[in-house]
Amino acid sequence: MSAPLLITFDKVWKSYGEGEARVHALAGVDLAIRRSEFVAIMGPSGSGKSTAMNIIGCLDTPTAGTYSFMGVDAGRLDRNRRALLRNLYVGFVFQGYNLLPRSTAAENVELPLIYRGVAARERRELAMQALAQVGLVGREHHTPAELSGGQQQRVAIARAIVTRPTLLVADEPTGNLDTARTHEIMELLTTLNAELGLSIVMVTHEADVADYAGRIVRFLDGHVASDTLKAEEAA
Amino acid sequence: MIWETVRLSLRSIRRNVLRSFLTLLGIVIGVAAVIAMLTIGSGTTEKVKADISKLGSNLLVVRAGRPAGPGGPGGLDQAVRPLAEKDVAALVAHLSGARAISPASQKQVRVIFGTESLTSGVTGTDSAYLDARDWKLVSGRPFSDSETRAGTGVCLIGETVRQQFFGAGDPEGEIIRVNRTSCKIIGLLEPKGYTGFGQDQDNVVLMPLHAYQRRIAGNRDIDNIYIAADDRTPTTELQPRVEDILRDTRRITPDRDPDFAIRDMTQIADAMTSATTTMTGMLGAVAGVSLLVGGIGIMNIMLVSVTERTREIGIRLAIGAHEKHILIQFLVEATVLSLLGGIIGILIGLSLAGLASMALTIPFAPSPAVVLLAVGFSALIGMVFGFFPALRGARLDPIDALRHE
Repeated sequence: MSAPLLITFDKVWKSYGEGEARVHALAGVDLAIRRSEFVAIMGPSGSGKSTAMNIIGCLDTPTAGTYSFMGVDAGRLDRNRRALLRNLYVGFVFQGYNLLPRSTAAENVELPLIYRGVAARERRELAMQALAQVGLVGREHHTPAELSGGQQQRVAIARAIVTRPTLLVADEPTGNLDTARTHEIMELLTTLNAELGLSIVMVTHEADVADYAGRIVRFLDGHVASDTLKAEEAA
Repeated sequence: MIWETVRLSLRSIRRNVLRSFLTLLGIVIGVAAVIAMLTIGSGTTEKVKADISKLGSNLLVVRAGRPAGPGGPGGLDQAVRPLAEKDVAALVAHLSGARAISPASQKQVRVIFGTESLTSGVTGTDSAYLDARDWKLVSGRPFSDSETRAGTGVCLIGETVRQQFFGAGDPEGEIIRVNRTSCKIIGLLEPKGYTGFGQDQDNVVLMPLHAYQRRIAGNRDIDNIYIAADDRTPTTELQPRVEDILRDTRRITPDRDPDFAIRDMTQIADAMTSATTTMTGMLGAVAGVSLLVGGIGIMNIMLVSVTERTREIGIRLAIGAHEKHILIQFLVEATVLSLLGGIIGILIGLSLAGLASMALTIPFAPSPAVVLLAVGFSALIGMVFGFFPALRGARLDPIDALRHE
């Protein structure tokens, strides 16, 4: 495990509310994730795993402590700088797919490229490549309503990887899918991790989904309760 | 990027045709009202200008009686001395800068030809009258000097009189009866049409002043003296000269008010024009208020749209949209919406103005400047009223926005 550090949490706190009602979603979390790792974050609801994921994805900032992303103190950046970080380095996959309902698959995949200012023709080409990578050739002109759940999630993955991000953040990516579709999507993520060296941080509460990852981090009450490498587990 | 955004906003407008249309309605009505008002208003102004130039341009009209308040009618005061031929003679002899000086007295009189009759404005005057009033003859000749002096029974008639008595026929040489005197037609006046006050300027008979005074009025009074300024002399310069000469002949010392009034038709024209312009501006402003209401409608719908699309905004922010991208997206949408409304409003407004100008027989005077202004203003309304909702969208927290159902 000699790959450079991608993410470090240094005594990260995230608190909500004031005084008596103050709640600590994260209470001094230390965590490091290297490039090309595939990490599953688990934990019961309220354990802080979603908060951690939002911070990892540069959507949120810690209340205290330092969050570095690729060596940048991302927790201190303003929202527009974080938007830029997301656009350049992070891809998101959500449980509810979150595709634009009236846009075609190709248009959805092109969306992040629009905000990068990529020219229309190049956008189309990159979108087609990404759709091919997730096995959706021939579906580019379908709207989400015309696609199955698994196919919609593939579109969402294509949208996440079209910018060739360093990190893919997945929030319960298989939460809405049946077992067969879940397996397909997890295979796809594993392949992307192995073949492109794409770092993946995935939040899930299903153990069999987490098993696809190379490392499982369990959260409990705002702390990291356990951090297991699959290799160690096997050993 | 901008083109992309415009395309996007057109799509979202199309997606909600009914709602977009209802939103547009405010702007459409506002712009249509402004355009119609301003176009009809400038048509009216042109009509008024044209009417007044029909009365004769650069014209001073002298009447007996104390001048009334500024701009008011110079009412004829019974006690005052009427104008007389010596006043005209003095002006002809001493006034410089006048192209034509002509006395005139008028009366509504019954005119008869054969079995037909017509009440006409009969004017007693001299041959300079046509020049002073910028009036031409279609056929025939004006009064000769000897006819004017002798008061011969000859006359010139207007188009309405001709049509009443002769249809399309040639009236020259025919004898008509004016009051109880007969009168030979020697010429036909060029048609002038109606004034803006609905007065038929062609229902007239002109005859030599002496003939009129003797046979119709029964006195030697002169109602008006028309003085046309020559091209080099503004009426404002001519007016004091006229006053000096008349004070002299009428023996009115400078310390007393004159017993005659000089009206400057150019000033009246200016006053009327500025009155209609003010009127137009006021109507336009009232119509402008409805534009404001339309703008509030846009703001309303954009707020709904931002709320409705909170999740979409969340997705866009999550995948790397900058605040300004979201801001621009909704600003463009609001602007496109109100521009669309503006364009429809302009078309409707111009059609309304076109119909109105036909109905009111005023010139249809669409102004490119007004149209451009309306386009610009409706775009501005979109931007101004779209800004707040757009900013609200752009400021959304992506995490909250993504959680939004």
